[in-house]
Amino acid sequence: MSDFQLEILQKLNDLGEIKSSITTFPNKTSQDVLSALNSLQAHSKVEFKNIDTMHYDLSKEGTEIVNNGSHEILLVKLISDLGKLQIKDVASKMGSNGKVGQARAFKNGWIKKNDSNELELSDKVKALNLNDLTDDTKDLLIKISKNEGVESIDNKTLADLKKRKLINQKKITDFHITKGSDFSLTITKAETDITSDMVQNGSYKDMTFKDYNFNSQGVQPQSGALHPLNKVREEFRQIFFSMGFTEMPSNQYVETGFWNFDALYVPQQHPARDLQDTFYLKDPLVADLPEDKTYMNNIKAVHENGKYDSIGYRYNWHEKESQKLVLRTHTTAISVAMLHELAKDPKPTRLFSIDRVFRNEAVDATHLAEFHQVEGVLADYNITLGDLIQFMEEFFAKMGVTGLRFKPTYNPYTEPSMEIYSWHEGLAKWVEIGNSGMFRPEMLESMGLPRDLRVLGWGLSLERPTMIKYKVQNIRELLGHKVSLDFIESNPAARLDEDLYD
Amino acid sequence: MPTISVNKQQLFDLLGKNYSNDEFDELCFEFGVELDEDTTEEALKNGEEPELKIEIGANRYDLLCIEGIAQSLNEYLGRAETPKYKLLKPTTKLIIDKETEQIRPYATAAVLRNIKFTEKSYASFISLQDKLHSNLCRNRSLVAMGTHDLDSVKGPFHYRALPPKDIKFIPLNQTKEFNGEELIAFYKTPEQKNNIGRFTHIIEDSPVFPVIMDDNDTVCSLPPLINSEHSKISIDTRNVFIDITATDKTKAEIVLDTLCAMFSRYCDEPFTIEPVEIVSEHNGQSRMAPKVEERVMDVSIPYINSALGLEQTPEEIAACLKKLSLHATVSKNDQALLSVSIPMTRSDILHPCDIMEDAAIGYGYNNLPKGKQLSNANFVASALPINKISDIFRLASSQASWLEVMALTLCSHDENFKFLKTEDDNSKAVKLANPKTLEYQVVRTTLLPGLLKTVKENRKHTLPIKVFESGDVVFKNDTLERKAYNERHWGAIYVGKNSGFEIIQGLLGKIMQTFRTQWVADFGAASTGRGFWIEQDDSVKTYFPGRGARVMFRSKEGEKAQQIGHLGVLHPEVMNNFDVPFAASYVELNSEVFL
Repeated sequence: MSDFQLEILQKLNDLGEIKSSITTFPNKTSQDVLSALNSLQAHSKVEFKNIDTMHYDLSKEGTEIVNNGSHEILLVKLISDLGKLQIKDVASKMGSNGKVGQARAFKNGWIKKNDSNELELSDKVKALNLNDLTDDTKDLLIKISKNEGVESIDNKTLADLKKRKLINQKKITDFHITKGSDFSLTITKAETDITSDMVQNGSYKDMTFKDYNFNSQGVQPQSGALHPLNKVREEFRQIFFSMGFTEMPSNQYVETGFWNFDALYVPQQHPARDLQDTFYLKDPLVADLPEDKTYMNNIKAVHENGKYDSIGYRYNWHEKESQKLVLRTHTTAISVAMLHELAKDPKPTRLFSIDRVFRNEAVDATHLAEFHQVEGVLADYNITLGDLIQFMEEFFAKMGVTGLRFKPTYNPYTEPSMEIYSWHEGLAKWVEIGNSGMFRPEMLESMGLPRDLRVLGWGLSLERPTMIKYKVQNIRELLGHKVSLDFIESNPAARLDEDLYD
Repeated sequence: MPTISVNKQQLFDLLGKNYSNDEFDELCFEFGVELDEDTTEEALKNGEEPELKIEIGANRYDLLCIEGIAQSLNEYLGRAETPKYKLLKPTTKLIIDKETEQIRPYATAAVLRNIKFTEKSYASFISLQDKLHSNLCRNRSLVAMGTHDLDSVKGPFHYRALPPKDIKFIPLNQTKEFNGEELIAFYKTPEQKNNIGRFTHIIEDSPVFPVIMDDNDTVCSLPPLINSEHSKISIDTRNVFIDITATDKTKAEIVLDTLCAMFSRYCDEPFTIEPVEIVSEHNGQSRMAPKVEERVMDVSIPYINSALGLEQTPEEIAACLKKLSLHATVSKNDQALLSVSIPMTRSDILHPCDIMEDAAIGYGYNNLPKGKQLSNANFVASALPINKISDIFRLASSQASWLEVMALTLCSHDENFKFLKTEDDNSKAVKLANPKTLEYQVVRTTLLPGLLKTVKENRKHTLPIKVFESGDVVFKNDTLERKAYNERHWGAIYVGKNSGFEIIQGLLGKIMQTFRTQWVADFGAASTGRGFWIEQDDSVKTYFPGRGARVMFRSKEGEKAQQIGHLGVLHPEVMNNFDVPFAASYVELNSEVFL
């Protein structure tokens, strides 16, 4: 505790209260007083109130007027001495103050101007003794300098004096001090923090500590962060792993027309193969044909004339079309290659991938030229459409989505095909959350897979559930360079089991 | 998937019931089409008749008009039988010239005799042709159709291929005669460019144009562009001659079948079609068209039951199939087979699996018993190895306080090369042939453009900006079937008031330590074991001269060191090229070396 703080407490103890800190402590600045009071108040030793008053003192010019009289009086005296004065000589005789004096002397009716542009005393003044003229400006300033009856001076007059730079305005802060709830003549200093020294020497035991402000946020730790889309991706991966699915080598963006379309029983004239929808490459331009020529010939046959009980699409299938290179439009291009591998040693299998796919689409709030597809493939003997339904319910239940409905739909490479719908509370309607089906026999039997090994496939985009989860309206603010780093830094853990679609 | 608009009241009249929105939505859902929109609210405001917009499967061309939707839904609801289409006696021929092989080799035709259009059915007839042209016919490139007032022309008809100058006629909705050349020029004018002009490319470069003429050499149509004014149909036309020309015979037949099946219902004797004798001697394609008899496909009953997890009797399956216009009876030869009759409208049925799906729809997807075959027991899951490596990079980088970003893999050529002060020697980057914007010209060969673009978009963020990405770049490789491969990279950037080289260098050290790899002093000479070091390298021009280095890695004792990446202070020109007004350092590694 400073000496001054102690002095305040003692005075308060003696006087009961301090009505004016200025009177009691005339030598202290209000800054000093305030700082001492704040500190005492923090310990509940005192309470205080500010009393602000306005105070005026005279400028240098104001002081001169008090000593010598106002400019107008000085001018009148000068004219009286000289008899008359050329207007143009006022400035040379009296400096810049002459103009002010002249204006005010005219206003007071003390002087007049004759025909030769000379100033003379007015008749009124001529009749008087100059010492009997009342110098209002000087009188006002005297009042102010003595701080007597300042309250009676109207604001307009004060403002005028301020404008003429004759007086300066000052705010004076006084304090009214009373005893606080914990008033005493001593203060124990409160510590702000526990230090290692205190821990080691035990001094904390004798100390008091400042109260914490718990209505606060603390200091943000410096931290890195993972991308929200990848966080949701990881949730999906964990769901797949928990259900026995192995991750496919989906790291192959460039595909051939064969693997991306033909192998999936998408005919060569299908709209999906249009330049409008698919990115084709100009460099490199032509792919090799698949190594497995038996497979390729089966694909050709099943497209052209039908095979495996299918009547086929009945058109001329061209190798050239299948050698075109594309950016894959779906990760199913990878799945089909994996199933082709499986045909060498057919057995029940579970595979998944979550990776990027490309569509030559016009970009808008919900469409980007690239996005991520979540895809699952499940092969097993004699499984049923009911198994697919059951499995979809288990899969989506892992992200808290239940009560699914299934709608017949058309996909070129699955039959039957089912769109998966879930009830969306917010939109109050059924929304599509994925697509699924049994791969067509034309596709599987061409590979040499046995007829009774049926393969279920399903897919959904990674971006859509993420946008719902994180309330992102524009896909460009999620994937790509337009993402906000603040968003990445601050977004929460991606727990898909927390009401994803509500 | 195509979407079609139908008059709401008209459809409900045809279905014999005014459905509530929910009821109709439900019906569509179970049948497998989607009610996209009901315009009632909007229409009431504008004083128009409300429409329903229905999305249909891309392989159901018979659902592209209200006649087909109503027919199929009525059969699904058990309110109607599948029409039995009947052929009348042919009265005319279409003779195909061999020369047409040069341009559009296939043609077919049919007549709708004694048809009576109403305003609505006439509009639907025109609209179905438009829908078929844009969907199945791939904007007329594969198939084009023309319809004519048979009473204005005289059979037999001829399908020819003639030099454009020799084809003269007044095209539909014009008043003056054009020859083929003039017509192409006319359709390429700015006013026509977005109309018929969209199709001129299909034939304009050919020395001969396809043309359908009547026996007096009157032009009926110049496929795939326009019919003649002379033979145009109107709402009062009673006998319609349909011509189809195509490069794909199967699709030509589907188009003809669809038009005939849908609109023969308006003939005086409903569902009768007058066939046309197609004379096509040169390619052995002479025949009568269309064929209306139902196809038969045999399907195994156990297959259907097994695929659906049901144990239905043949009769029960047949009842389900009937809802989808398929008529099944037990095969005379084999009790385990169903012989399924498929009407001409169902070209989508290619394989018994298509019939199995219809059996499931008829049963109701949502009524199927849940499966109980599957168990998780026998499957051991594993992650893709490169993804595990990638995750190590990602976790270590984020623990070191870097932020993960996911940039696009497609970028402009400049962003991947010129802006980075590097040259394209055409040996690495995969280039796109048909991007819609200049933003997507190449697949990135480095992660740097995406990171710099992200920094640019986040210039207002507090400095320093520290971001990383773990993602794939793509390189060409001529020895591969697919001619290109992905490589997983990791790149991290530090952007601030200073370049922060030692900070990026420190991050590299942290990452390498995570991969069990210590720094080796004296540029690898201080030890002979596993380790990494960096060596000055001015070959990457992206870095400021003298401030770039390659990252060297020796995987184990005695192994030769290999370069696995590079790091350095980014050249100020690079920063300016990407509009980032700060200094920066960067490191990029090939993640695959840690596999």
